Amino acid sequence: MAITFQLNGKKQTLEVEAEMPLLWALRDVVGLTGTKYGCGMALCGACTVHVNGEPVRACVTPVATVAGKNITTIEAAVETKLGKVVREAWIEAQVPQCGYCQSGQIMSATALLSKNKKPTDADIDTAMAGNICRCGTYNAIRAAIKDAAQKLA
Amino acid sequence: MPANTPTQYPRRRFLQTGATVTAAATVTTTAVFQLGWTASGAWAVTDGVASGRGLTGSAFAKKVNPFIKISTDNRVTLVVGQAEMGQGISTGLAMVLADELGADWSNVAWEQAPNDLAFALPGGFQSTGGSGSQRRLMPLYRRGAASAREMLIAAAAQKWNVDEKSCRVENSFVLHGNGEKLSKLSFGALAEAAARQAVPAEPPLKDRSAFTIIGTSPKRFDVPAKTNGLAQYGIDVKLPGMKYAVVARSPIFGAQVASFDAVAARKVKGVSHVVEITSGVAVVADNTWAAMKGREVLNMKWKESGNDKVSTVSIREQFIDAAKGAATKAREVGNVAEAFAKAGDIIEAIYETPYLAHATMEPMNCTAWVRPDQCDVWAGVQAPTLAENAAVATTGLSKDKIHIHTKFLGGGFGRRSESDFVIEAVELSKQLRLPVQVLWTREDDMRHDFYRPMTYNVFKAALDDKGMPLAWQHRIVGSSILARRAPQNLRGGLDGTSTEGAATLPYNVPNFLCESVTVNTHVPVGFWRSVGSSQNAFITESFIDELAHKAGRDPFDYRRALMANNPRQRRVLELAAAQAEWSKPAPVGRFRGIAFAECFGGMVAQVVEVSVNNGTLKVHRVVCAADVGLAVHPEIVKAQMQSAIVTGLDAARYGRITIENGAVVQGNFHDYPVTRINDMPLIEVYLTVNDQPPGGVGEPGTPPLAPALCNAIFAATGKRVRSLPLSQTDLDKT
Repeated sequence: MAITFQLNGKKQTLEVEAEMPLLWALRDVVGLTGTKYGCGMALCGACTVHVNGEPVRACVTPVATVAGKNITTIEAAVETKLGKVVREAWIEAQVPQCGYCQSGQIMSATALLSKNKKPTDADIDTAMAGNICRCGTYNAIRAAIKDAAQKLA
Repeated sequence: MPANTPTQYPRRRFLQTGATVTAAATVTTTAVFQLGWTASGAWAVTDGVASGRGLTGSAFAKKVNPFIKISTDNRVTLVVGQAEMGQGISTGLAMVLADELGADWSNVAWEQAPNDLAFALPGGFQSTGGSGSQRRLMPLYRRGAASAREMLIAAAAQKWNVDEKSCRVENSFVLHGNGEKLSKLSFGALAEAAARQAVPAEPPLKDRSAFTIIGTSPKRFDVPAKTNGLAQYGIDVKLPGMKYAVVARSPIFGAQVASFDAVAARKVKGVSHVVEITSGVAVVADNTWAAMKGREVLNMKWKESGNDKVSTVSIREQFIDAAKGAATKAREVGNVAEAFAKAGDIIEAIYETPYLAHATMEPMNCTAWVRPDQCDVWAGVQAPTLAENAAVATTGLSKDKIHIHTKFLGGGFGRRSESDFVIEAVELSKQLRLPVQVLWTREDDMRHDFYRPMTYNVFKAALDDKGMPLAWQHRIVGSSILARRAPQNLRGGLDGTSTEGAATLPYNVPNFLCESVTVNTHVPVGFWRSVGSSQNAFITESFIDELAHKAGRDPFDYRRALMANNPRQRRVLELAAAQAEWSKPAPVGRFRGIAFAECFGGMVAQVVEVSVNNGTLKVHRVVCAADVGLAVHPEIVKAQMQSAIVTGLDAARYGRITIENGAVVQGNFHDYPVTRINDMPLIEVYLTVNDQPPGGVGEPGTPPLAPALCNAIFAATGKRVRSLPLSQTDLDKT
């Protein structure tokens, strides 16, 4: 079936199965590979995208449920004013190691900072606990979020 | 180094089989000159016009494989043959090349090399693992860069008609003279003439004191693309006409296909092929989701195998039985039997560790395109040479027809040193005659891994009248990794990976015996970050803590006293203790544990600070001291220690793969939990400074974590943890 939504600010119509997770629609059909597959069960956060500004796990989100909504992926999220600051903080802190989870980490972090300009450690824990990093870059992620928050203040 | 100071290059000899100069240069404004080391050991040079992807991959480059390319606009491209899996080696080895060459770091680029033995480790094998890249390859890369530098100098000296020895190199320029008599030519301007120079038989290497890039911490090459979604991992490869596949593999390792319903799977929209391959049944589709849906309705039936009833419980019973039988000696000092016969108290303990999965963030995947005369493979692989061998065996093509395109690895940890995922994709593409990407779901990845071996350990020790260890006997029962991976490396039946970190300790014990009992099962075992040391440090460093307690000694003082003959190791232990303020009481309610381990040329001591309240463990702080010799990029070394500590925390707190009915029980991060941001301790890393050559970095931070943590738990609760993970142990004091 044809499903239409806004993808990174542009109208996107896809002819796909309604139940196909948004993750595979983005990766295999649209060809945007910045959003990663990690678990398929909303356990690791690697596939995090923004749906109407909210962080959502694309691996368990049927594409039909985002019809008419605004989807933002990592490729566009780091081009906004806030996203650029977050990305710069990530680079400054040299956060990524293997880097595979970092799209999802940055998507969760930008969603947090868009609503909470001064996140506490507890706020960061809550917003970021759904994102696994097997390289253990968590302390650098926390530092980068705090750095970005300062720069956005 | 101050400007205009000639660099001193002490002459050092190395073997050189001969030199050749080939090919004439065609100069355009973007001509690129490669000055490289051939697999046969001879230098060769070539020229070429830079295209978007440079020369790597061209027929000539396959033979020459240069480390360094210089374009006429003075851009230097540094080619690295090691896999980038987060450890920063793309930056680290490029730093080595740039420093030895004398390149301007602000105008260099990094490029991933193809599969080629020009980039091989000593021994002729292109592979990233064993924390060995800097340790084993720095001399090769330095020699490559030094030779290119000497050729640039020779070209400049020729132009100026001066003695080469009076020329110097700075920031991608060759210079001669000073002040008004200064002559200066860029590498780019010299590249063409340099490529025609005789290859130096003995290029001098810089003195360590002249390093300007090594030892600093520039920004990594790979970070920008890893912060905007553009970094390319194996899973991100797209080819025209490419199909997506998943494979149904037997839940019980090694069981054969009995039957499956290809018709049902083919009815799923988007599914194009259902194909039986060696490892199972592949469902091929236009997208990954359709392939997964097709696999769900395959109705796979597997033939019975002899392992249908095997479980972790039954394997453990096998291990316990085997522990009573014959063992192979790994290392023996003195005579433990005599010592035990004369000793008073004998301390005994059983320690156990579970199977562990690698659970790399990017599940296994591989894209292959096999044609009659060529095979291309795109994947994150730690060992291009093994992937190449696997592709040769699967396709029947010769090595020169195999192109391994190493992508960023979304985690390696040893898992991507295997070739099973490469073989599957190559076999499938060969059958389909199409480019195909095989993706493993998280469950596939968890249930078809090569696991860290489960082990069962029998300990026995006796103390002398001063409380110091008089005799130490450690018998390790587990499965052999090398029996499958490298049987030629078994020594008299002994698998050194089973006993590493246990056979040699930094402690002086007059009567010492470490022995190994191998029990191989159908559960495949493999290299896991820090390999044998990852479990053996937990065991030996917990047991030494037991002895310290028995002797009534402080665990740090006890270890320190036993390290009298190992001053380098002792300094690392002391640094950790000093930074953790071991001599002062821990904050109220918190308790400390300490441990030391050495593996892959890196020495690490850690102090872990915990609290345990009503059985709930909180890890507050980890202080880590490391001696990795020359730290090429100190901030990357510290980041690797952080990472290795988290790997240690994952294993100590949560990691456990169990087997039931012959198959792995766990499948995803709900039943194989790992550390998350909300259960992270503060981590501090301190590096010792010395004049040693580079040691290992990626792995040595993992082994000491589990014992330091469990020793802290003992300090907090009096409970000695002898089996991991901690999630299976009740830590409630009451």
